[in-house]
Amino acid sequence: MELVTPNLGTIFWMVIIISIVAFVLKKFAWKPILNALYEREESIETALNAAQEARQEMDKLKAGNEELLAEARKEKESILREAMNLKESVIAEAKEKASAETQRSIEHARQQIQNERAKAVNEMKKQMAQLSLMIAEKVIRKEMADDKNQQEMVKRIVDEIELN
Amino acid sequence: MPTLIQSLLITLISAVFWFSPATAQEQQTHENSNTAEAHSEEGFDAGEFVIEHVLDAYEWHIASFGDTHISVPLPIILYSNHPELHEGKKLHVFMSTKFHHGHDDYRGFRISQSEDFKGKIVEVDSQGYEIGRPLDISITKTVTGAIVSVIVLFWLLFSAASNAKKNRGRAPSGVQNLLEPVIVFIRDEVAKPSIGEKKYRKFMPPLLTLFFFILLNNLLGLIPIFPFGANVTGNIAVTMVLALFTFFVTNIRGNKHYWKEIFNPDVPMWLKIPIPLMPLLEITGMITKPFVLMVRLFANMLAGHMIVTVFLSLIFIFGSLMGPAAGYGVSPVSIIFGVFMILLDVLVSFIQAYVFTLLSAIYFGMATADSH
Repeated sequence: MELVTPNLGTIFWMVIIISIVAFVLKKFAWKPILNALYEREESIETALNAAQEARQEMDKLKAGNEELLAEARKEKESILREAMNLKESVIAEAKEKASAETQRSIEHARQQIQNERAKAVNEMKKQMAQLSLMIAEKVIRKEMADDKNQQEMVKRIVDEIELN
Repeated sequence: MPTLIQSLLITLISAVFWFSPATAQEQQTHENSNTAEAHSEEGFDAGEFVIEHVLDAYEWHIASFGDTHISVPLPIILYSNHPELHEGKKLHVFMSTKFHHGHDDYRGFRISQSEDFKGKIVEVDSQGYEIGRPLDISITKTVTGAIVSVIVLFWLLFSAASNAKKNRGRAPSGVQNLLEPVIVFIRDEVAKPSIGEKKYRKFMPPLLTLFFFILLNNLLGLIPIFPFGANVTGNIAVTMVLALFTFFVTNIRGNKHYWKEIFNPDVPMWLKIPIPLMPLLEITGMITKPFVLMVRLFANMLAGHMIVTVFLSLIFIFGSLMGPAAGYGVSPVSIIFGVFMILLDVLVSFIQAYVFTLLSAIYFGMATADSH
C-alpha cells in the first residue's frame, strides 16, 4: 500500500525541485542551446541557398563561356577560310602579275632586239654604203685616171654637190 | 480518501501492467514477515528485501555486514502539532542517524514498525503508543536521488550550453554534440508533429526538461552504486509531480478553443443542460490524462527495479532453502537474468521518457489547437 501512496514530503520537495529545474534549465540551458541550434540551422540553410545560387550562376557563366567559345571557334574558322581564300587569290594574282611581267619583259626584250637589229642593220647599211663608196671610189679612181670624159663628169657631179 | 485512490491505483496497475506477480508476492511476503519476524531475524525474506529496495527510506542504506549497517544519513525535517511530546518544539531538523537504523526513538519520534505506518516516522506519546504522523518533509532517499540527478543534469546541460555559446554558428562539440541529436529528435519527432510547426517553439523547454529529467532519473536509478540507484521515477510521488507539471503547462497554455471544448463542446443541448454531462466527461478526461502519465512511468520503472531485485534475491532464497551450495549454483543464472533485465530497463528508461514526453506534447498540442 505504501508503494502507491504518494508521500507528502516527497511531493513537497519534488515540486520545489521540478520548479527550480524547469526554470533554471529554461533560462540557462535550453535558451542558449536552442538558439545555437536555430542559428546554425539558419546559417546552414542560407549557406546551402547561396551555394545553390552560386552553382546556378556558374552554370549560366559556363553556358555563356561555351557560347563564346563556339562563337570564337566559328570566327576562327571563318578567318581561316578567308585567309585561305586570300592566299589563293594572292597567289593567283601574283602568278598573273608574274606572267604579265614576263610577258612584258619578253616584249621589251623583243623590242630591244628589234631596235638593236634595226640599229645594226642601219650601221651595216652605213658601213656598206661607205664600203661601197670606198670600193666605188677605188674603182672610179682607177677608171678616172685614164678616161677624160669620166673625169669631167665627176668634176660636174662634184660641182653639182658643192652647189647644194 | 487515500484508500480510494490507493485501491483505484492497485486495480489499475494490476489490470494494465504485468504487475500482479509482484504485488502478489508482496502480500504473500507481508504475511510471511509477520510470522517470521516473531521468532527470528535470521533467514532471508525476499519480499521484504525487494520492497525495501524500491521503497523510500529515511537513510540511504549501502551495505550490511552482519549487524553493521553502512548507510548514508539523511536530514529529517518534521513539524508536529504536539510540541509537548517533543521537548516543547514544533519544528525538528536532525539527521537520520539519531534513530540508529530504526531501533531507537528520538525526541518522541519513532520509525514505526506497526501495520499502519510501517517504515514511516510517527509521534509517540508518553506511554509509548504511536498516535499518528507529524508533517514529514524529510529529505528522503528518493529526494536525495532526485537531487543527485539534478546535479548531473545541470552539469551536463550547463556544459552543453557553454559549448553552444562558444560555438555560435559553428559545428557542435563535446557534450553539446551528445545532446543535440536528442534535442533535435525531441523537436522533429515529438514537438513538431504533436504541436505544430508554428507553436512548438515555446513548448520546447518544458518538453526537453521533462524528457531529460525523466531519462536521467531512469538511467541513474539503474546504476547500483551510491550516489545513484535510488528508485526515483519508480516513486509515485515523483511521477505525480511530473504529471502535474504536464497538467499545469497544458491548462495554463490552453487557449479559448481548448476551454470551449471542455465547457461548451459542439454536442446536442441535452448533453449539456440541465446535467452538464459532456463538461463532466471532459473534465474527467483532463484529469485522467496526467493520471495515466503518472501510473505508466511509475509502474514501469518500479517493475524494472523489482524484477532485477527479485532475480538477485533468488540467490539468497535458494541459499537459505537448500544451503549455500544451491545459492552459489543459482547465482550465475540470476546474474545473467539480472544483467538482461538491467539492459532491458535501459531500453525501458528511454522508451518511458520518450512516451511521457510524447504524450505531454500531444496534450500541449490539443490545448493549443485552433478550432477546426
